[in-house]
Amino acid sequence: MNGQTEGRAQGRGLRAYAILYLLFLYAPIVLLPIFAFNSGTIIAFPLKGFTTEWFAQMAGNATLRRALGNSLTIAVSSAVFATCLGIFAARASTRFRFPGKGAAMGLIMLPLVLPEIIISVSLLVVLLGMGIKLSILTVILGHTLICMPYAITVLSTAFSSLDPALEEAAYDLGETKWGAFRLVILPLVMPGIISALLISFTISLDEFIIAFFLAGNEPTLPTYIFSQLRFPKAIPMIMALGTVLVALSIVLLAIAEYFRRRGIARAGLKDTGGFL
Amino acid sequence: MMRRAGISSEARQGLTMIAPPFGYALLLLAAPLATIVAYSFFKDGYLTVIREFTLENYRAVWADPIFHRIMVRSLVVSALVTLVTVVLAFPVAYFLSFVVSPQRKSLWLFLITIPFWTSYLVRVFLWKVIMAPNGVINSAFLETGLIDSPFRMLNTVSAIVATLAHAYAPFAILPIFVALEKIDRSLLEAGRDLGETRLMTFWRVTLPLAMPGVIAAVLIVFIPTIGDYVTPTLIGGGKIPMIANMIQSQMLDQDNRPMGSALAVTAMLLVAICALVFLLLNRRFLRVRQ
Repeated sequence: MNGQTEGRAQGRGLRAYAILYLLFLYAPIVLLPIFAFNSGTIIAFPLKGFTTEWFAQMAGNATLRRALGNSLTIAVSSAVFATCLGIFAARASTRFRFPGKGAAMGLIMLPLVLPEIIISVSLLVVLLGMGIKLSILTVILGHTLICMPYAITVLSTAFSSLDPALEEAAYDLGETKWGAFRLVILPLVMPGIISALLISFTISLDEFIIAFFLAGNEPTLPTYIFSQLRFPKAIPMIMALGTVLVALSIVLLAIAEYFRRRGIARAGLKDTGGFL
Repeated sequence: MMRRAGISSEARQGLTMIAPPFGYALLLLAAPLATIVAYSFFKDGYLTVIREFTLENYRAVWADPIFHRIMVRSLVVSALVTLVTVVLAFPVAYFLSFVVSPQRKSLWLFLITIPFWTSYLVRVFLWKVIMAPNGVINSAFLETGLIDSPFRMLNTVSAIVATLAHAYAPFAILPIFVALEKIDRSLLEAGRDLGETRLMTFWRVTLPLAMPGVIAAVLIVFIPTIGDYVTPTLIGGGKIPMIANMIQSQMLDQDNRPMGSALAVTAMLLVAICALVFLLLNRRFLRVRQ
């Protein structure tokens, strides 16, 4: 066997492996719609028949609607806060040199590697110690903290692809700092901002442990799902809900990906792929 | 000379810029972390915390055999998850970087990241569905008559490992992929030209150059998995608690905040020590990068 055919055979083997791996990744998700439309009340094979009853049950559930409302409020607020704070951090870290930059960025990015249980527990202790009542607001505070590093990762790519000459040209043409930011920089990083918003929104919508500790009596979508998993009767409806959530995140991610790519194309960079 | 006198205008601008997110992280991350460290040295009163210095919480934590078991289990499970995830992920990252054509790369990355962004709780629960006694795997095997009685898969450590390896897959693939992408392809050709076989080139050139990515993958999988709460609860059936379950029960069910804090701080320290030991063991590979 010469080198080339050996290489091609190796490529085929790797491709087969990668496809198997994708099957492993998608195995649970493929089951979701199957059980969401299955009329049997027990989540097991063989399937019974087709039904949309679980979707109707889901739509008529008042607690679920409240949880959805709470989750949306939390996700939108945390996405906006995390992205706004992220813009400052990404701009500072890509454009300026200053003392203590590494340490400051290290602390801001820490939630990426810190177990969430530690973040939730420490926030809980402080909030209770200060006598603050647990509510949606306290969840927003926690979610903003954990979404910020993801927003910064996306935004840093957008900011680091900016040509400083464009900004200088704006100053030379008589723009103020704020004017140059609003008219030159902001439009260029807009795709990054939208993508950061969507990613933060998706993370917050799915986050469980912080909401579990900090939401008090207010259910969020994940804490509601968690509470229902104990009741076998509620499971088919949770499958329907899961199906809707999966569809929703695919749509949101596709939009985020579209804007990320457009941003990269606009800056004339080569696509290196991936959100992370 | 002037610059040495004061802070430069660039530094001032940078510091002003970073102030809001840094302040936020200081207030909501650094301060709470400092608080649980302080609480872990306080005494527990009924529904309150008595601000009196004591090492009793740590003594109790370390003397408790249940704690030992749970801590060791958490570390072992996390190490297994990390090993399985990274070993399974490496060939995928290699395939993405070396076999997939550049135009198709982002499509593949997108396909790999989609499952990661879909409801974590529902995904974990679906693994329970797959592995249950009347679940997908067992019903398939029973149907074909290969087995008579269902396999017991739930409430085992391997079930927890499989579920977590699924949940953390993109965290392992992406850093390794990024490291592989950075490798100068002419080095590989050089290796081949100098008479190395494909395998030896991989072993002596590709793998060492990919190590920073592998190390990042190991840390980014190991550290969060140790704090996972959902998988031990759902897949372990509450019978195989891990450290997060123990912290949760101290904090919420028993309302013993000093003890919960001592547990959290101990867990954090153990994780940090493991990470540091791992980094030290890999000093050689980290130097390659510079």
